[in-house]
Order: sequence, then C-alpha cells, then structure tokens
Amino acid sequence: MALIRITSPHVHKPASTADIMRLVILATLPGVLAMTFFFGWGTLINILWAAFLALAFEAACIKARKRPLYFYLKDNSAVLTAVLIALALPPFAPWWLTMVAVFVAIVIAKQLYGGIGQNPFNPAMIAYALVLISFPVEMTRWTAPFMLHGEGWNVLGFIDTLQLIFGGWSEHADAFTSATPLDEMRHRGGLTTEEAWRASDVLANVGAWHAVSAAYVMGGIFLLYKKIFSWHTPAAMLLSLGAIATFFYLIAPDSYADPFFHLTVGGTMLGAFFIATDPVSSATSNKGKIWFGIGIGSLIYIIRTWGNYPDAVAFSILLMNLAAPFIDQYTQPRTYGHKAPKRGIKEKA
Amino acid sequence: MTDFLLILISTVLVNNFVLVQFLGLCPFMGVSNKLETAMGMSLATTFVLTLSSVCSYLVYTYLLIPFELDYLKTISFILVIAVVVQFTEMVVKKTSPLLHKVLGIFLPLITTNCAVLGVALLNIKKQNGFMESIFYGFGGAVGFSLALILFSAIRERIAVADVPTPFRGAAIGMITAGLMSLAFMGFTGLVKF
Repeated sequence: MALIRITSPHVHKPASTADIMRLVILATLPGVLAMTFFFGWGTLINILWAAFLALAFEAACIKARKRPLYFYLKDNSAVLTAVLIALALPPFAPWWLTMVAVFVAIVIAKQLYGGIGQNPFNPAMIAYALVLISFPVEMTRWTAPFMLHGEGWNVLGFIDTLQLIFGGWSEHADAFTSATPLDEMRHRGGLTTEEAWRASDVLANVGAWHAVSAAYVMGGIFLLYKKIFSWHTPAAMLLSLGAIATFFYLIAPDSYADPFFHLTVGGTMLGAFFIATDPVSSATSNKGKIWFGIGIGSLIYIIRTWGNYPDAVAFSILLMNLAAPFIDQYTQPRTYGHKAPKRGIKEKA
Repeated sequence: MTDFLLILISTVLVNNFVLVQFLGLCPFMGVSNKLETAMGMSLATTFVLTLSSVCSYLVYTYLLIPFELDYLKTISFILVIAVVVQFTEMVVKKTSPLLHKVLGIFLPLITTNCAVLGVALLNIKKQNGFMESIFYGFGGAVGFSLALILFSAIRERIAVADVPTPFRGAAIGMITAGLMSLAFMGFTGLVKF
C-alpha cells in the first residue's frame, strides 16, 4: 500500500519510508523518557536489546532470501517494531522474553509475508499477544512506579537492572513488582470501583500511568502535525472507547471504571497513536479508517470489561487487522467520473 | 433470551468452530481464495448447518432414543446431513444457477465439513434442547462464516504479496490462520461455559 500524501504544497523531497520510520521513532521519545522516569532503566535496556535483535533477525532473513542487505536494513522499520515491542513489554522482562517476541514479530509476522509493507498483522502486536498468552507470569510482572515511592532510583540502579534482565529474576526483586492498574481494576473481587480506588496502592499510584499516556499523546500530536498519519483512526478509536465507557459508567458507576481511566491507563494511547495508525495493517481509505478505529475502541472495552485479559489493546488491534482487508473491500472510494463498483457474484468470462 | 444471546456470543467469538475448536478446516482452506466464493459458501454452510443441527436433534430425540439406538447416532447424523446437503443443492440450483456454478464441487462437499457433524454431536453431548440446538447450529455457522470471509479477504491480499517461495500458497495460509486464531484468543472468558 502506498502512503500517499494528498495535500498540495508540492514537497520537493518525497517522504521516504526511512524518514517516516525515523520520525515515528523520534515521536516515541517522550513516552520512552516518561517510562524510564517512572519505571526505571528497564525500558531503555529493553529498547536497545530489542533493536539489536530485530536488526539481526531482519538481516538473517534478507540474507536467506538473497536480497540487498543494506537497502532493506536502512529503512528503520525493524527498529521501530523493536521500540514498540520494548515499550509494550514490562520494563523488567527477562532477555529471552524480548528475544522470543522480536523473533515472532520480525521473522513470522513480517518476513514470512514478504517483508515491509506486506504483513497483514501488526508485527509488534502479534509478538505482544503471543508472549502474553505463552508467558503470563513474566508478562504481568510490572514494577511499581519508582519516583512515587521515594527512594527508588538508589535501590535499583542501571547495573542492578542489567543483572535483573540478563541474570535472571531474584527474590530480592519481588519487592519492586506490582500489578498494573488495569489488572487491579479487573481482579478487584467484589469491591465496587470506588472501594477499589480507596483500598488499592496500585490505583493510588495511577498518576504515573496518566503521565506516560500524556507523553504518548505528545508524540502522537507531533506525528499528526507532520502528517505521518491522518486523524481518522486515533480519533474514531478514542471517541468510541470514551463513548462506550461513559455510557456504562453513567448506568452503573459502581461496577464500571470511568472513561478517563480507560483512556489514560494501559496501552490505549500507545495503541491509538503508534500502532493502530500503522499504514500497512490498518484500513486504507478515510471511511475505512473510521470503521477500523471504532472497531478497535469497542473491542478494547468489551475485552477489558468482560474478557479474561486486563488490557486488550493488542488483541483489539489484531482483530481489526484481520478485518481490515474486508473493510477495505467495502469502503473503496469511488474514482471521480466512475460508477461505484458492482458487488456480488459475477459470471466468469 | 439471555441464554440464547450467550450461546451466540460463545459460538461466534469465544468458541469459534474454525479458529478455536479447529473444526471445518478443509473448506476454510479450500474455498477461501476469493471473497465472493467465500460468501456464497458461507451462506450455503449457514443454511445447512442450522438445518442439520435441528434435524439431527429431532432424529436423535424422537427416533434413536425411543428405540434405544443411540449407538447409531454418528452414522444416522451423517445420513441426515447428506440429505440436508442434497436438499440445499437442489434449492440453490433452482433459485440461483449462478451461485450453483460458482460453488461447484464445494456444495456437495459440505457433507464432509466436520463442523456440520461436530455441531450435531456436540448438541447431544451438551444436552442442548430444541431451541438451543437451533441457536448452537446457527451461531456455529455464523462463526464459521465470519472466519471464512475475513480469511478470504486477507488471502486475496497475501496472494499479491512477495511471500518467500517455500511459504507460498497453503503454507502462508496456515500461518495466517494460526495468527487469526491467536487474535481470537482475546475473546476467551467473555462467556464462561
């Protein structure tokens, strides 16, 4: 699928894939900084490790297919996938977890389909969903937001974090783990939402998650301003999630979380601005993008509220990825001067 | 009413016959090359699956049980399904010769779709009543159609992708089906039974 820029200021230099990917990586910077600030060095180490693995796997696949190595490696797409995976994984994910995730993303979800631009599913989300199903214990081991706990930085420095990720999990480290707010909300037992807010330490520290989401929004707005993607997908996704959450919250505020919580906690913002907008695996036309976004927003709410998994961004995006070609089929814009295509079973000539 | 809605959600999304229970994979791989054919196949299968689910329930409850012949259930269900498929083929041939031509060999092949026999047998195993059997069969068919149609739209796109030679055709189709199944794992727990 070509990424067509429709606006008319006639840019002299066409936007290359490498430039776009670099801009998107740049735009994750506020998010990366916020994650590091609140959750420690783990995120940065994971990004570097994942990027290294992604380039290695990508190179191996391209070599095996006897394609020009440098030409494909310099488009930055493997690095972007790696950054997104590292941001989605828990900050202290062990090294092999990241390796499995990156292998699945680059080799199975991307290169088996023919490499960049041809994958029907978002590679980072395939990887995330696969490791979430296969290694639930490691995937739910998030850390408590550090700065809000006072002494954090001195307790777990850079070297300690390296040891934790590459040397294996120690009992000592269990002191830092905590559930995510979404986990806490999902498994609150018989408590009403208000009681859960009062009783839980994790939910008391929800500010860190708001800040990380805000950082992602900043990056997303930068990309929107640079016209890397159009507003349709994120707007449709966030509005539909917000609308459904508001509806249920107004009906029964005791048993459903408020819309602000749904929008600012977990992977919602990362998904809305960096993953759902992937030009390859999302719908193509503007009308299609709106349906695509609405689908993701509603699925996130359904799975978060009634399903087994506390956060649903990855699954919702994958489910809509697999619906995207079908959406495209029925939202194809009419070419000017032509009639709308006739659908249905046609007699073969 | 809620029960029937739950049966529908369960069979369409949570326990999708193709992607979660791995039934009916042959038409899923065989008829998914073109979106339009997949839609025709889905319609025909929906019709057959719902009807055969009801018929086999009736045969089991009013024929096999009174005569204590329930050890014959597999073979009699196959017979029932074959009759229903034959009936569907005659109807389709009369009402839409075009669809009949497009579906070709796949129409009689619905007989061997294991999802059809699977639904009939699962109805007995789950001790579904008359209405429950209808909804179970219909939901299973809608789930099958959903998976088949989405899959065929994706396959049309993969057909023009630059897939490495060893993985072309059915191989990448299998991988895609696996990844779809992974995505459907997200629905686990929506309905608990």
